[in-house]
Amino acid sequence: MRRPRLAAMGSEPGTPCDAIGHAWVNPAKGGATMMGRLIRVLALVSAGVLGLSACGTAGTSGKLGGTVHVLGTWSGAEKESFDAVMKPFTDQTGVKISFEATRDLDAILQTKVAAGNPPDVTAAPGIGTLIKLVQQGKVVTLDDKLDTSQLNANYGADWINLGKVDGKLVTLYAWASLKGLVWYDPKAFSAKGYQVPKTWDELMTLQNKIKSDGGKPWCVALESQAASGWPGSDWHKEIVLSQAGPTVYDSWWQGKTKWSSAEIKQAWQTWGQILGAGDSNVYGGKQYMIATTFGDGGQGLFSSPPKCYMFNQGSFITSFFDGYTPKPTAGTDYAVFPLPDVNTANAGAHVVSGDAFVMTKDTPQARAMLKYLATAEAQDIWVKRGGGKIAINKQVSLSDYPDAISKSLAQVVVDTKIARYDAGDLMPSDMRNAYWSAVLKFAQDQSKLDTILSDLDKTQATAYASP
Amino acid sequence: MDGMTLVTARLPLLQVDWETLLSVNLPTLLFVIIGVPLVLVAYIVGFDVLVRRLPKRSQPSVRPWVWVAPAIAFVGLILVYPMIGTIVRSFFDRHGDTFVGLGNFVRLLTDHGILIVLRNNLLWLLLYPGLVILFGLLLAVLSDRVRYEKPVKSLIFMPMAISFVAMAIIWQFMYYYRPPDVPQTGTLNAILVNILHGQPQTWVQDTRFNNFALILIGIWGGTGFAMVILSAALKGIPGELLEAARVDGANEMTVFRRIILPLMMPTIVVVGTTMVIFALKAFDVVYVMTAGNYNTDILARRMYAELYNAGNYANASALAVILLLAVVPVLIFNLRQFRAVEARR
Repeated sequence: MRRPRLAAMGSEPGTPCDAIGHAWVNPAKGGATMMGRLIRVLALVSAGVLGLSACGTAGTSGKLGGTVHVLGTWSGAEKESFDAVMKPFTDQTGVKISFEATRDLDAILQTKVAAGNPPDVTAAPGIGTLIKLVQQGKVVTLDDKLDTSQLNANYGADWINLGKVDGKLVTLYAWASLKGLVWYDPKAFSAKGYQVPKTWDELMTLQNKIKSDGGKPWCVALESQAASGWPGSDWHKEIVLSQAGPTVYDSWWQGKTKWSSAEIKQAWQTWGQILGAGDSNVYGGKQYMIATTFGDGGQGLFSSPPKCYMFNQGSFITSFFDGYTPKPTAGTDYAVFPLPDVNTANAGAHVVSGDAFVMTKDTPQARAMLKYLATAEAQDIWVKRGGGKIAINKQVSLSDYPDAISKSLAQVVVDTKIARYDAGDLMPSDMRNAYWSAVLKFAQDQSKLDTILSDLDKTQATAYASP
Repeated sequence: MDGMTLVTARLPLLQVDWETLLSVNLPTLLFVIIGVPLVLVAYIVGFDVLVRRLPKRSQPSVRPWVWVAPAIAFVGLILVYPMIGTIVRSFFDRHGDTFVGLGNFVRLLTDHGILIVLRNNLLWLLLYPGLVILFGLLLAVLSDRVRYEKPVKSLIFMPMAISFVAMAIIWQFMYYYRPPDVPQTGTLNAILVNILHGQPQTWVQDTRFNNFALILIGIWGGTGFAMVILSAALKGIPGELLEAARVDGANEMTVFRRIILPLMMPTIVVVGTTMVIFALKAFDVVYVMTAGNYNTDILARRMYAELYNAGNYANASALAVILLLAVVPVLIFNLRQFRAVEARR
């Protein structure tokens, strides 16, 4: 039997609640004045019993009230940031956020949807499972639920298009995280006279120089429990986008370009050049790579003498740096440069990612929440709390970023000419898992590349079949 | 700051989200707690009235069926029906509309990945029950002879109280790997490097021993259970029997082999078959530690991946059927053994 919700009634568009939801998000409609409030209270009272119960507990103050059940993956600092972002929303609308965290989102979400008890809003780190649900008609389309003209004004076209499936807007991104960033210790670089490489060739030269100086160029850490391997897939897909270009990238994650094709294979081999023959460019070799948790991977940068000089990871990694002892300081202990373009024909190409918000159940509270998340006000809070999150709403000013590094990352996003969402997260989840496993196999033995690719082709042949 | 402001300052922490806390369907809950027993009692009483109208001779043969019918109905609905559904699905393609006969099984069993899965299940099947019983029996017999039996048994039983997932997390600290040039923090590697002067090993990733490392976690968790059951069986052996054997000059080893072991055998078999079923169903440890990478995949995890990651009902159902076929003989053996023990009483 379904769980009763205080606010489950009257969720069709056009109910008094919905009007209030609108009024809150667009203060211009006169939500704040005493008169406006009085009118709304009167409207509520005249709507009678239905109106009151539909708007939850806080009807008398004109607040929307009720609860949004949110399913997501965050815990710890990320969850605290989400709470901080949602606090002004709850204060202003009276809508409580009931957050359920799981690291097994695919399974939990599918089970909940199949049982007819979906969360109101789902925040998914990838949209593989969401696409399946969209095809089954289990996700609410947002075109008529959000203020699209406002969204078009505040969001870059790329970010709105990322949220579309078959031409319909189904997901909303509230922040971006940048991949393909190389972290380094500027003190260690200057001590050895190393320069930040601007081109791929310079990166290769630097790599060889570090080796001839007796150091290890890279730290690579691939362990992430059930998701082990994804940090290496970040390396590979960044190379695919920059080397083969966005057209190949798109047709590849869509399952139309084979893994054994020349372009995708070349990207693996290019990553292999980074790792070096027998993983000789990487601190600790293959054992360290596969046994070290991705968050700990940067520790080698900060030991003395450095175990390695460069570490490639997304912008979120700074929140893990904060947990190291002693805690490294942004700017003095670490700095960052974007991975140079492999092929200058695709200059300024970057892989981005971000949690995708979808409405799995249409309630006025869920609509209000999504509208709020798209605002500069909400994204400002997210950005200011650090953790490598970059606002998508263009109204968020560069000066709101807490430190020089995050400001420079936001600048990279602004300068990005070709933005593509994380290919792994766009693939069906069995394809993505096979991708991650392939990374682990490749890191252990690069000579098996052909077998690995033909296995991936086999998965690709079945993974894209409609559910 | 005086006490009152301290209390009020702390009050926000105590705010309870009653709405979420109480968001259970109260009528349903009440119906389940009060209604279900009532309905069952009404059913029994009502049908008994009907049964009593039958001729006296046929009453004893009808009544048991009336009593057992609800249980059969429930088991049929929530166990047999889905099981048959799964078996039927395993003969259809992944969309569930085209009959493919044994196609799913042929494809699965010729996939080189699945052979590793089956090998791993075989490893679990051989090592897990065998070692759990060996350690359980050893601990039961030895702890029976010491004064501090209770604390020892409590300690060893403790892992039973935590979930397999928690066990896996704990053992990650045991198996933790750091490169040879830095101090080891994982227990096993610290011992290996500092005491045995060896090289640190990636216990969970290295295919030479990672399966054993994972099975060891299961054994650590299961030994307490086996020990408690076996210990109870041991205490059930009459003291006079052992006394008589010792008076007749049997040494402790002989007493154990000729008297204790044969008398405990039925219990050992029951524990053993239960452990065999556990081994076949093993999932959590592998899922948490490796997600089936590094050649550690097992049937139950693979089934999960086929179902939730791939959405491939055909493969998932076929794997479920393979698992079922493997468990059924053990179940039958277990039941027979159970009956034999009952019959001897």
